[in-house]
Amino acid sequence: MAETHRPPEQFTLRMRRYDPESGEAPYWDEHTIELEPHRSVLEGILQAKAKFDGSIGIRCSCRAAICGSCGVRINGEPGLACHTHLDHAKASSKDGVIEVEPMGNMPVIKDMIVDMDAVHWKKVQRVTPWLLNEGPQPEREHIVPRESMVDITQTMACIQCGACVSDCLAMEVDPGFIGPAALAKAYRFVGDPRDEEQRERLLDLSEDPQGIYDCTHCFKCVEACPKDVNPMGQIMRLRRIAGADQHINDQNNGHRHEETVVTLIKDYGLLHEAEMIPRSYGGNSWFGKFHPAAGKELLSSLPVAIRGIAKRKMSIKIALFGHKIPAQDLKAVQKIYEKVESKPERYELNLYVTGEDE
Amino acid sequence: MKVAYWPGCVSRGFTPELHGSMAKVAPLLDIELVQLDRASCCGAGVIAEHNQELADTLNARTFALAQQVQGAELMMNICSTCQGAQGECQERLDANAEYRAHVNSTLADEGLSYEKGLTNKNFLWLLVEEIGLDKLGGMVKRPLTNLKVGPFYGCYIVRPRARLGIDDEHPRDHYLEQLIEALGGTVIEYAGMRKCCGFPIITMNKQASLKQAGRHLGDAVDAEADCLVTPCPLCHLNLDMQQPLAEKEVGRELNMPVLHLPQLVGLALGLEPKELGLSRHVVRPTSVIDWSSAVVGAAA
Repeated sequence: MAETHRPPEQFTLRMRRYDPESGEAPYWDEHTIELEPHRSVLEGILQAKAKFDGSIGIRCSCRAAICGSCGVRINGEPGLACHTHLDHAKASSKDGVIEVEPMGNMPVIKDMIVDMDAVHWKKVQRVTPWLLNEGPQPEREHIVPRESMVDITQTMACIQCGACVSDCLAMEVDPGFIGPAALAKAYRFVGDPRDEEQRERLLDLSEDPQGIYDCTHCFKCVEACPKDVNPMGQIMRLRRIAGADQHINDQNNGHRHEETVVTLIKDYGLLHEAEMIPRSYGGNSWFGKFHPAAGKELLSSLPVAIRGIAKRKMSIKIALFGHKIPAQDLKAVQKIYEKVESKPERYELNLYVTGEDE
Repeated sequence: MKVAYWPGCVSRGFTPELHGSMAKVAPLLDIELVQLDRASCCGAGVIAEHNQELADTLNARTFALAQQVQGAELMMNICSTCQGAQGECQERLDANAEYRAHVNSTLADEGLSYEKGLTNKNFLWLLVEEIGLDKLGGMVKRPLTNLKVGPFYGCYIVRPRARLGIDDEHPRDHYLEQLIEALGGTVIEYAGMRKCCGFPIITMNKQASLKQAGRHLGDAVDAEADCLVTPCPLCHLNLDMQQPLAEKEVGRELNMPVLHLPQLVGLALGLEPKELGLSRHVVRPTSVIDWSSAVVGAAA
């Protein structure tokens, strides 16, 4: 508790300011505030606002990391201003000055306030974020297995702060991507045993070119989330249920790509890169390359392949036949496949639920 | 030092110059590579996307094979994606004894068993943490003087930080910069250095994928980098092999050579560009950098 008694110190905040009504470009604004080091960046901003410039724009409410209002970028990283200590923020700064900016991937309304309606909330609405169960209702409450509800509590921990949306790298190049927060919300209902539309939800999210298969697996959202929701992990679970359980053969090659990797490793022990495109586009077998969709893609990839072979980047032998692990080991790998895949239900360890035992 | 060496798939398939340059560089650093020829692909996160237990079991088999290598101090990989995908499986296996026993029961048919606590390090981590940058700096025969190098990490080796053991004591997300400096080069920082290359969605959303690669390459061009260096062969595929297509996607000329990590180290240790496979790249480093004056001529 000694930390709470440390005397106030001076901290300099460098805030990104922008007023659309002024017609001016965004600019940096610095103020030095004085607070105990364990106090939050939000308190620092509010002091600057009270003491120096009442026009500083920041959205906040609970000041206790539960309402999700004060999502910002601190020293380039997304987070809650109320959940970041001033001393930690100073330590992670480039030059001793704490840099505060509005979140990314969303339009700025003023200073550090972004338009959550235009992006975040619109995307959340996109995934039908309510329980769909039109069937006969039980006399009392729905009885569900405890584990299945514990499983979705991780996504329920989301406070809708937008930190993951701010940092999403897929959204950076494809703003229409449904994105991490909304897809985590989608899992909250896909994983809920009371919901009756699991397959329809997954069909929708798989077939959408900006749905579950548009995620680039960059872990940015996992790192950004202040509540350990692990949005990317939830997207992977959506893919697992859509692909492995529901066998949804989507138009985006998502499921075929997954099946291709899984099958090639079963057949070769290693990845056979040259088979990736034909099978992902044309179907998961050696004959995939003769499918019109694969043909078109192969034709457009031909210059890349020719360049690669011409520069001896890959040998013709590797391109045609791939590479394999020794026969005995391949057999062992295939036996693992048979043993694991023949189980009636997938065994999925969730460390969020189980924790570490050692 | 002796290591159980996991080269991965792509380093022996579409980027053979990576595996080849590692083999050339290892003896110069006194690293004995015992290759895990019997091990299977890490699954690159895609097997886990299909069936988590399957990915965990296949990688537990690789770990068990690594633990059987007599006298090896640790397991070493040369691929960011292998590091991340294997690390994710290892996190689950190490966290829960019951689960580990369950997975090991599948491996028992082959007489294999994974014991908790394997050390699996990417070549980058090994260079900094096991060999040490001071020692490495002392081995440099041809300092990378005047060579402006932009780091490109690959997502799997920088996120999530906790799982990858990145902290103040181990700033693994800054090792490339430290390494470039130790080799005598100049670090070029640019926006995309820790972002995604786009490779994971190349078959699902080619346009977005190439746009990612093209933007990062363009940022590096704007920051006046001579070349990039990456510890990830999958990033290399999107950044180098697909670069002509990425150019079209972002509508600008890029012409940015991308080196594999052992190639950059090998150049500084005095190996010739050709024996490191630099001529095999789509964007040939030799076409952009005048090695005869920029680096080769600056031999110590």
